[in-house]
Amino acid sequence: MTLKKNILALRQKKAIVEKGGGDKAIEKQVAMGKMTARERILTLLDEKSFHEYDLFVEHEERNFGMEGKELAGDGVITGTGSINGNPICIYAQDFTVMGGSLGLKHARKITKIMDHALKMKVPCIGINDSGGARIQEGIGALAGYGEIFYRNTMASGVIPQISVILGPCAGGAVYSPALTDFVFVVENISKMFITGPNVIETVLGEKISQEDLGGARVHAEITGNAHFYALSELECLEQIKELISLIPHSNQQKAQKVEPKEPKFHKNIENIIPADPKQPYDVRDIINALVDDSKFLEVHELWAANIVIGFGRMNGETIGFVANQPMYLAGVLDCDASDKAARFIRFCDAFNIPIVTLEDMPGYLPGVDQEHAGVIRHGAKVLYAYSEATVPKITVILRKAYGGGYIAMNSRHLGADFMLAWPGAEIAVMGPEGAANIIFRKEIMEAEDEDAMRQQKVQEYIEKFANPYVAASKGYIDAVIEPSETRGLLLHALELSQNKDDYRPAKKHGVPPF
Amino acid sequence: MQIDKQELVDFAVTARKYKTLLTNKYMNRKTWSNPSPYEIQSYIPGTILDIFVKEGEVVNEGAPLLILEAMKMQNRIEMPFTARISKINVEVGIKVPKDCLMIELESIE
Repeated sequence: MTLKKNILALRQKKAIVEKGGGDKAIEKQVAMGKMTARERILTLLDEKSFHEYDLFVEHEERNFGMEGKELAGDGVITGTGSINGNPICIYAQDFTVMGGSLGLKHARKITKIMDHALKMKVPCIGINDSGGARIQEGIGALAGYGEIFYRNTMASGVIPQISVILGPCAGGAVYSPALTDFVFVVENISKMFITGPNVIETVLGEKISQEDLGGARVHAEITGNAHFYALSELECLEQIKELISLIPHSNQQKAQKVEPKEPKFHKNIENIIPADPKQPYDVRDIINALVDDSKFLEVHELWAANIVIGFGRMNGETIGFVANQPMYLAGVLDCDASDKAARFIRFCDAFNIPIVTLEDMPGYLPGVDQEHAGVIRHGAKVLYAYSEATVPKITVILRKAYGGGYIAMNSRHLGADFMLAWPGAEIAVMGPEGAANIIFRKEIMEAEDEDAMRQQKVQEYIEKFANPYVAASKGYIDAVIEPSETRGLLLHALELSQNKDDYRPAKKHGVPPF
Repeated sequence: MQIDKQELVDFAVTARKYKTLLTNKYMNRKTWSNPSPYEIQSYIPGTILDIFVKEGEVVNEGAPLLILEAMKMQNRIEMPFTARISKINVEVGIKVPKDCLMIELESIE
């Protein structure tokens, strides 16, 4: 009888805490167009898979009227569960409990579930919806943030870490998402900044709204802090499910293999690319023609659109794609595109995901703003990331591969395992017009008809050098292939690289140009 | 990300011009211009605490022009070379953004 009584008491106790901040606060949360923390977890995870930890944890602050103040779960829900059968650890800040503010116990619940994820080698997902540090707790809140950042760093490259911004995430709090692998934001709901609009206005006199300063779109398109952008919370949770099914549980595993499927795309792949190298096309059409079921999950779709990165499957196995996008800025590498590609390459390398590079690029972006923004330092990250990566690395040169860009985009010289080129590929030190102007400067200047001579010399250069055969004659390209053979050869190359072993000199860690 | 919304433009990377779309970030970038030594600009956003000079006055190199308070620091802005103050665009107490043209100079020769 007593046990039954105890069980009932437990149920009652749980029911109270599970209410979070109570009906009124929940009403407010809903009025803001947001789901509650518990709803978010239950919607994201497989049915009945969520197991909560530390439901009864309480804060210990005694100052500033905090004594005797009860905060359900100290404002954060933590636990384990699964997404499409993949085990994960998760925490969700509960904005209905004192604005989701972070105190020491709140942070310790988070670090406990992070430690658990790292030990069990499963991905960790954090849902952020918090007003920031709990000021009453002072240094305790700061300690809490620091302990989270430390674990983000320890777990980096060991387990995938995902941050979901479903509310405000300001001040120090922003640095946990920034340290994780993928950040998800939702239009009108996500807000991220170091100092908010009020402080900026008081100190600097600059007036700006929260949305314009650090809204979802800003981080998805301008800053590049966010990797995935959604119009609603439900769409965002679906994106997370898709991503989780494509990446491995840890660096000791490979991503889950699924039943291979042929691409849905049936047109001739060579018709996608215009013959004129000056005309653009959407490189994602090429990716869709190559991947299983023509399914491609693009990362950073809006930011630095001149390079495309993302995951697709080939022969059922997850592949990371890096592709120049001629549709935007002619597909050049600039500061942002370099950062975008380099970090993605390092993620793929850390988590055993082979990299396929599709190259069609005219070089690095010229301009004072680029040079002064440090395009040298940023561009170097791409070279570093490709050279350092030991996963299978395959490059297909679709059309242009000029100069520094040719080297950077996973060339043979940086350790590519397979180098393939389409027959229209132009692999050269620069575009024919520029090269002819330099090499034949004298002839052109001395000619009676300069333009005619220039045209003749450009044509000469195109015939001699703007093709894949010079590179192929030196063995820098393994094979010049017909476009229709591309998928078949990629499948073969991936099959052959299953047991790839590549050694690097022993070191504590490298010093990449961060 | 709709392709048909924008028009393809000519975009020169080297000698060759490519047809492509521009990103918003690229279109909104600041084009660089050579800074004029006759323009005293704020190198950091802040508040004008004090102004020591008047329009029309000739001021020697190194003399203080104004105090720009930013990030709790009082920065003394000095005359870069001897010249005449032709225009003062700020007053005591106002907040200025970064790169605000505060004082214009003219040569005394």
